Amino acid sequence: MIRNLMILAHQGKQFIPDLTSASVPGIFRGRPVISREVINEQQLASLCPTAAIAVNPLSIDMGRCTFCGECAFAFPGKISFTTDYKIASNERDALIIREGDDRPVLLNAGLIRKEISEFFSGSLKLRQVSAGADNSCEMELNACGNVNFDMGRFGIEFVASPRHADGIVITGAISEHMAEPLQICYDATPEPKIIILAGIDAISGGIFEGSPALNRSFLDKYKIDLYVPGNPVHPLSFINGILELIKVRKKS
Amino acid sequence: MLNYISVKNNQCIPFSSIPVLEYEQFLDYNTSLVKEESNHCVNYYGIRKQGKIVLICCIASDADGLIHISSTEVKPEVQLESFTARHLAFHIFEREIHENFGISYIDHPWLKPLRFPFNSFDKSSGIANYPFYKIESEELHEVGVGPIHAGVIEPGHFRFICNGEQILHLEIQLGFQHRGIENLFLEKKTLLQRTTLAENIAGDTVAGHTTAFVNLWESLCNFSPEADLQFARTLALELERIAIHTGGLSAMCTDVAYQLGSSVFGRLRTPIVNYFQIWGGNRLAKGLLRAGKTNFPFDKVLEEKLQTVFNEYKPDFDEMCKETFSLPSVLGRFEKTGVVTKEQALLTGAVGMTARSSGVNKDIRASHPHDYYQLSEHLPVIKKHGDVFSRAQIRREEIKQSIEHIRKLLESIPDENKKRQELNPPSSDSFVLSLVEGWRGEICHCAITDENGELTHYKVKDPSLHNWLSLALAVRNNEISDFPICNKSFDLSYCGNDL
Repeated sequence: MIRNLMILAHQGKQFIPDLTSASVPGIFRGRPVISREVINEQQLASLCPTAAIAVNPLSIDMGRCTFCGECAFAFPGKISFTTDYKIASNERDALIIREGDDRPVLLNAGLIRKEISEFFSGSLKLRQVSAGADNSCEMELNACGNVNFDMGRFGIEFVASPRHADGIVITGAISEHMAEPLQICYDATPEPKIIILAGIDAISGGIFEGSPALNRSFLDKYKIDLYVPGNPVHPLSFINGILELIKVRKKS
Repeated sequence: MLNYISVKNNQCIPFSSIPVLEYEQFLDYNTSLVKEESNHCVNYYGIRKQGKIVLICCIASDADGLIHISSTEVKPEVQLESFTARHLAFHIFEREIHENFGISYIDHPWLKPLRFPFNSFDKSSGIANYPFYKIESEELHEVGVGPIHAGVIEPGHFRFICNGEQILHLEIQLGFQHRGIENLFLEKKTLLQRTTLAENIAGDTVAGHTTAFVNLWESLCNFSPEADLQFARTLALELERIAIHTGGLSAMCTDVAYQLGSSVFGRLRTPIVNYFQIWGGNRLAKGLLRAGKTNFPFDKVLEEKLQTVFNEYKPDFDEMCKETFSLPSVLGRFEKTGVVTKEQALLTGAVGMTARSSGVNKDIRASHPHDYYQLSEHLPVIKKHGDVFSRAQIRREEIKQSIEHIRKLLESIPDENKKRQELNPPSSDSFVLSLVEGWRGEICHCAITDENGELTHYKVKDPSLHNWLSLALAVRNNEISDFPICNKSFDLSYCGNDL
């Protein structure tokens, strides 16, 4: 008992006090910025392993970007990655960064269903479905609940059964073999319910896009409530995205 | 003519130099090799060639650091005598060959689907119709778990046959994560795409699989990585081991309801993965390792930061270990739970941490060293009892050992080579095999090129492929309530198996 208390004392406070303004250590590659420098755009676009870079006009789609940073190494004056981890949105198009854009990624409040803040702002229970994933997003989602990030302080938790859940979080490119289990899990979740796509594999298929082993038809059927880019998602991207989604907004 | 060609780890050879034997001779030769405890099969797989199937078998010899490679050609409709009947460790490879090409074996005891790949031979067999083993008895009941599990983990289906609370038999059905990775290695043509694929085989083994890929690719391109590249790979592998083992100890404490251990080990993982972000911008080391170059040269500033991370990590880790490994409520759950005997580990061909926990000395860092492991002697940590406790102890001791390895590495950091040569195109008509000891165990990648140097075949083997059977055997006669702690103690990869 005394040794347990000593360990507690030695550990001190480990939680990050303010998750909305915490700074990330090191050279985290978050939201990219594209300058107006004139370069060979085709050459730049052809570098990207997941075709996240489009030309005319030049843009980076964070729903496809692996955040490997190779484009920024090849064209340092043209592309840079900021440490801004607040990159989630409820609009697919908001994940596309265009030339000259340097502003925060926001959620479109008009598209958020009324019942989301009404029911979920103080408590959101989520069922996670790993479908053709690589276990990296799963590890980061688990990290969201550890003592450092402590997502539970906002009432946001992962639960064991879809029947206890208010929504599902999908990771992975959605393999053919997980298409049916995913559907069953979604159907078992009571209304009202939300769908969150965590990581670029879920959002676009990532490096697996176009593989004949995938079946992404589930995504054509339902409205997605939140896209959280990343490869894998950073816990701060995930938690801040959800907080933005469920927060109570003042009526304008 | 010899029955085989012997190569070293990452040695590129002409594909035509692999001897082609008659099947009988191929069977006799390879199964006789593995009678020696120091020899084991690192890969055995098939490729299509002009209407025939070429089977390639790679047996690693731990005694002399060589890998003996031989091949045979068979027609797809043939019935063959199995390797498995002579040595069980081949069972998983022959299941894969059967599933991919329809080759049937007259004496394979367990010829069941492995992962239901999109390009499997028998399209009529679907993942929903897996042929589970059944026992007809009114006294027994079945428990089905998954594919979606209670925690935030990957999908797989576990089917238990229980006698009351006791597990008689467990069958593990995988394949749910199948993304068609081996095929994508051929479809995606740029080096960066292929490196990205390697990084996404298993997100908990990014350094492991990426090191296997870049070493293999450089060998194909006849490029010898300079000291700074080798240094970075070795460092990344050992850091990954520390990070995942620490997380593993946390999860094992969770599964025996020891909250303090779960929290403290969980938070101790954070500075290690954050260090990957400080070094390369990603907490799981994605984007860090590249063939023929580095984007993130290691320097004095990074070294100091890492020393600080370790200086802060070590006392907290030691304190938490001391408490965890002497706490009766933890030991009561860990000791004599989920035992894999040495005989079972050898029989099933277990590798890595699982093998070493059962007294089997298998470690690529010692037997087939690559990168900086070639410069210093690595003494594998070996435990005898093969229970959950042994697998917890292995983690504790390997973490300490990895910190020592890294501290030694940091004593002489090689300068960045600023005049690096560009990679040549890959050699034509070649075969290369790359072995890496990831935190979980032995990773093996094999590649074959055509006359233009284009990839015609890419094969990935994650250590989990060998080890899933160990878990199924370990839980027999255990309480079903001990399944979670047994499962976590092995910490096997679903996506690494499913590809």
